[in-house]
Amino acid sequence: MKISGSEAIIKCLLEENVDLIYGYPGGAIMPFYDSLYNFQDKINHVLVRHEQGATHAAQGYSRSSGKVGVVIATSGPGATNLVTGIADAQIDSTPMVCITGQVASNLLGSDAFQETDIIGITTPITKWNYQITKASEISTILSKAFYIARSGRPGPVLIDITKDAQFEMTEFLYKKHKKLRSYNPKPEISDNSITDACALINKAKKPFILFGQGVILANAEEEFKKLIEKTGIPSAWTILGLSALATDHPLNVGMLGMHGNYGPNVLTNECDLLIAVGMRFDDRVTGNLNYYAKQAKIIHLEIDPAEINKNVKVDVAVQGDLKNTLPKIIEKVEEKKYEKWLEKFRELNQIEYDKVIKDDLFPKKEKITMGEVIHQINIATKGNAIIVTDVGQHQMVACRYAKFNESKSNITSGGLGTMGFALPAAIGAKMGAPKREVIAVIGDGGFQMTIQELGTILQTGVPVKIVVLNNDFLGMVRQWQQLFFDKRYSSTEMVNPDFVAIANGYQIESERISKREDLKENIQKMIDSPNPFFMEVVVGKEDNVFPMIPTGESVSNMRLS
Amino acid sequence: MEKKENYTVSIYTENNIGLLNRISAIFLKRHINIDTINSSPSELDQIYRFVIVVKVSEKDIKKIITQIEKQIEVIAAFFHTDQETIFQESALYKVKSKSLFEERHIQNIIKNSHAKIVTVSPEFFVIEKTGFREETEKLYKDLAPYGLLQFVRSGRISVTKEPLNITEILNEK
Ligand SMILES: Cc1ncc(C[n+]2csc(CCOP(=O)(O)OP(=O)(O)O)c2C)c(N)n1
Ligand SMILES: [Mg+2]
Repeated sequence: MKISGSEAIIKCLLEENVDLIYGYPGGAIMPFYDSLYNFQDKINHVLVRHEQGATHAAQGYSRSSGKVGVVIATSGPGATNLVTGIADAQIDSTPMVCITGQVASNLLGSDAFQETDIIGITTPITKWNYQITKASEISTILSKAFYIARSGRPGPVLIDITKDAQFEMTEFLYKKHKKLRSYNPKPEISDNSITDACALINKAKKPFILFGQGVILANAEEEFKKLIEKTGIPSAWTILGLSALATDHPLNVGMLGMHGNYGPNVLTNECDLLIAVGMRFDDRVTGNLNYYAKQAKIIHLEIDPAEINKNVKVDVAVQGDLKNTLPKIIEKVEEKKYEKWLEKFRELNQIEYDKVIKDDLFPKKEKITMGEVIHQINIATKGNAIIVTDVGQHQMVACRYAKFNESKSNITSGGLGTMGFALPAAIGAKMGAPKREVIAVIGDGGFQMTIQELGTILQTGVPVKIVVLNNDFLGMVRQWQQLFFDKRYSSTEMVNPDFVAIANGYQIESERISKREDLKENIQKMIDSPNPFFMEVVVGKEDNVFPMIPTGESVSNMRLS
Repeated sequence: MEKKENYTVSIYTENNIGLLNRISAIFLKRHINIDTINSSPSELDQIYRFVIVVKVSEKDIKKIITQIEKQIEVIAAFFHTDQETIFQESALYKVKSKSLFEERHIQNIIKNSHAKIVTVSPEFFVIEKTGFREETEKLYKDLAPYGLLQFVRSGRISVTKEPLNITEILNEK
């Protein structure tokens, strides 16, 4: 029996166990939406308010559930609105399949109404992309798309489907892709690399582990914990690695990078062995590479060969999926403890506590600090919530201070630093993990980049909690202007609307907090609510995030004020 | 600054629309100018081979190769220095027929350069020369004074001295 191409797309989604998609209709994707009408009981389509919101929602969904996020958009402007989210998913390795409508194949290249070369546009920001012009291609190409998006180092795939291919009738036969001759998502593990790595680990005096999102993407949190508990090695995280290991684990020594903790940054330049686990030595983590861990031997456990020796030259590369490489390493390493070495991290982190953290979390000044808001959230959620952050000062503060017991709890735009990410990503995160509390922490600037997604919350009723930390500034940029541009606040001060009135307009219960004594009780009220909840917290206008490694400086030159 | 050198990049790929874009985007992203590029069917059925020449440092070419290999439809990519490859370029020169008869000297140039005459017509004739860049370049300079109607040079085509284990790579996958 023949079915239409558009129905074939839906059948493919069902074959891939997709029951939730994010999208926005338009001319070139209308046949798909028409077929979808018959499958409303099987696939929940979330109508976002802007296609960028669909991509971030799909990312949030994927990051909280581990599944592939699916996005639908029309041709032309619908497709170009996906670009930011696709680039974000690419750099943060988030599995996502975007399906865009395209003008009919006989019109391709003619500048037809709403024609855009979305394949050309998304080539550098997708793991793979493809244009379908015949209905008979749909099942093979979509099965390939899902296979590529989720295997190996995950990433976004875009499939552009012409309108005539959606209308055309075709036989439907679905075969899951398991292999492509030009693609090797699970490279074979070299035994030598394991032996060499273990030899270095066993003889190290001051070993130090850096872990990233690879641990989460490989589902290797348990294996990772076993490794550090057996070897006793102090471990620090990149912001995408945050929550892969409980924040209060005794071997968790904190956050790496520009606004990370003092101990792990400074001691990067004192360790004798650096073991990078599923992380990619981003410049926000390494600071100036000419002064980065030059004294140490370096081991890199990584699935993507293109990351090995890209930024930092390594002594031993253990290429492979962490789920497979970690057990092999655990088997060969000796049980150890590094009490004295660990104590050094604690000492430096104590200095940071006295000089920075104490005043952030328990401030004496009048205005509420971002840090104490996060601290109160920790108390109310006991570290069990998913926290979705936007980009800016509030993001760094939230990542520094949030407590997490469970993996997949920290969702943020790391590599691209996309303002506007948090609100739609929180919607997706809650749908991907409905049993968990999901709290979005957003700046007043970023909130206004995707504020229209409050409409998606209104329509779906998805009970996300939104905390806007309002400093009436593009705070992070203002901080740099203060520190490095003589306080010349060029276009960073914001005249903001009445956020509470806006939230109320979307029928979301809301509060504005500006006094410390109201904070705790209202956060509790927000957590207790079974409904969406919006909370604006008025914080100090010109507070800064410290410590900080200024750009171009070495990790050991971290400033505490 | 690290020393830059000519590298010949050989890329074996599936035959898919858009792959050229994907590969050139990697050079674009790093702000690297492609010197020559050639794409053709390879010795293996249904597999294509790109030959790209770029001038970069050894450190960069290694990273570029892994980033090219990472593209889904790329089967394998290799890089070689000029010493490690046997390479040639072809050039075509279109000259007015009149000058061939009026300028005796042109006949000597053609003879000495071991170029081939491909076509002769009453208005023009076409010479073909295959060789190193310096050789096709020299012939260009020699002929230019007599008026070249058209001149075109192909991208580099090259084979490596060492065997490329592309069939083994395919069998492993
Ligand atoms: C889409 C986008 N545009 C610009 C930037 C540059 N940028 C980084 S942080 C920041 C300020 C964010 O302000 P706000 O959302 O109020 O957060 P705050 O830093 O005040 O906490 C800006 C403009 C960005 N990261 N993303
Ligand atoms: Mg702000």
